[in-house]
Amino acid sequence: MKDRVIQSIIDLVLLPLVGISVCLILWCAASALTYDSKAKRSILPNPADTVRASAKYLVAPFSHDEEQGVDGLGLLALQSLGLVMKGYLAALVVAVPIGFMLGGSKLFTKCFDPIFQILRPVSPLAWYPLAGVIMVSVKKTYYAGADATTWQCILTIGICSLWPTVMNTAVGVRAIPQDYLNVAKVLQLGRFKTFTKIQLPAALPYMFTGFRLSLGIAWLVIVACEMLSGKAGIGFFVNDSYNADDYGSMIMSILIIGVVGFLLDRLMSVVEKNIDLVLNFPTTVRHIVSFVRPEKRSQAHAVS
Amino acid sequence: MPFLELNNIYKSYGRGASRTRVLSNLSLSVERGEFVAIVGYSGAGKTTLMSLIAGLIMPDSGSVIVDGKPVTKPGPDRALVFQNYSLLPWMTVFDNVHLAVVQRFPHLSRADQKAHTLKCIAMVNLAHAAHKKPSELSGGMRQRVSVARGLALDPQILLLDEPLSALDALTRANIQDEIERIWQADKKTVVLITNDVDEGILLADRIIPLSMGPDATFGPAFTVDIPRPRDRKTLNHDPRFRHIRKDVIGWLLGPGKRHQNASKPMNIAPADVSSPAILSMGGYA
Repeated sequence: MKDRVIQSIIDLVLLPLVGISVCLILWCAASALTYDSKAKRSILPNPADTVRASAKYLVAPFSHDEEQGVDGLGLLALQSLGLVMKGYLAALVVAVPIGFMLGGSKLFTKCFDPIFQILRPVSPLAWYPLAGVIMVSVKKTYYAGADATTWQCILTIGICSLWPTVMNTAVGVRAIPQDYLNVAKVLQLGRFKTFTKIQLPAALPYMFTGFRLSLGIAWLVIVACEMLSGKAGIGFFVNDSYNADDYGSMIMSILIIGVVGFLLDRLMSVVEKNIDLVLNFPTTVRHIVSFVRPEKRSQAHAVS
Repeated sequence: MPFLELNNIYKSYGRGASRTRVLSNLSLSVERGEFVAIVGYSGAGKTTLMSLIAGLIMPDSGSVIVDGKPVTKPGPDRALVFQNYSLLPWMTVFDNVHLAVVQRFPHLSRADQKAHTLKCIAMVNLAHAAHKKPSELSGGMRQRVSVARGLALDPQILLLDEPLSALDALTRANIQDEIERIWQADKKTVVLITNDVDEGILLADRIIPLSMGPDATFGPAFTVDIPRPRDRKTLNHDPRFRHIRKDVIGWLLGPGKRHQNASKPMNIAPADVSSPAILSMGGYA
């Protein structure tokens, strides 16, 4: 028992610290190599300089300082996350039905799979202008009050994060064991019930893998979108501080992008691993209800 | 009039050169309330036969008739208990059975549906495990849930597709007793497919061997005229039991096996392919 605790401390704390230290040392070395003797400082800031330079964005990470025009890095990350979530959720709403059709219908696969395979590898940078054209024309023709730039970003994020969910849902639907479908046939479940009671729960683990990968993509794309659009957010801030020669803040915001992406991925894999709880939601609720109403239970015991 | 009839059933899988005829000229009549066991080699097409009766697949030619009507699709009159249980792993025992109940009796009140579900679970002695997931159950318990789900459909015919083949001997004996008890209580028509001749003789009124595949066909039917209740402990010494056993095994090892050797190499006439299988093996149509 004690050995296992020590082992897990080594695995989870010490060894990652070793890795981080090695990287910090390499970083310091790289920083030292770019030392500019005239300016008496390195062009590439070392870790200490990075923290010092970005301190004003970190002391109050979630606040907006009107006077100095300083936004906390946390606030910027949240702004970016908000946009990511809109595009991501829109992508899921579209991707899941497409995935089900792709997995369930050979005809649909034959018609559309080639197109999906061509669209899938297109870079977000390439989608962005097209999304702009679409949104500007929507704004002109239908809805003058629209914030075209925001919608352009959302559309780009949506298109790019579509594919992992589409593909994984399709794989999940194809992987549904024939046994389960036979059960549906023997019980004569209708189309809707076959979908909700059999296909959806059976494909859900695959779908969640897709959801996780899609979220990762969405978070990658937001940076490109913000750089291109100039919308305030953590991605724009990277470019902005680069242009302002504030390399310390630039590096810090890159690190924060990484940390947020990592946390999103962890969050999704926690959900993925506890998929049972999601699937059992009705049962769990029923258990809680029967727990809250104990008199019903005691009656059942009395009978048995 | 027989309740369940198979008339000259042929069934093949595959296309072109790889086309294999699995079942060849099967005919069978089962009376209402009869318990029939079909014994045969593994891979002989027993599960295909069950799927045909259940209506999951259609024969290339020939017909399955239940209660005077030809079978064209699965129906609530025939409940199939799958060889590999086929329980839905994300549902509890209760929910697995309840799904069938709600589907079969949509007009019952919620309370009645629940009561019927619990009754079916109680029939297979699993009341204590109703809230458990299939993954928390042993193989025998899972198969009992599968039987309970079949019973929940209140079928006229219970189709048992090697339900006990994956179980250890003691569990088998237990569930054999339960199947017999349920059959005696409800007097349903039961078709049991098994690879265990003793099991067939213990449970069935009639036992029919199926020859080795491909091109499997029925041998002669053997009537099991041993009075019930049959006691498995003394059955081994019953001369009628030994006689039937000898005959069935004799046929399976003799004509039932030679039949297959004689039919090699397989040359299959371009059989009637006008009725394509709705269910390709393992594929998702």
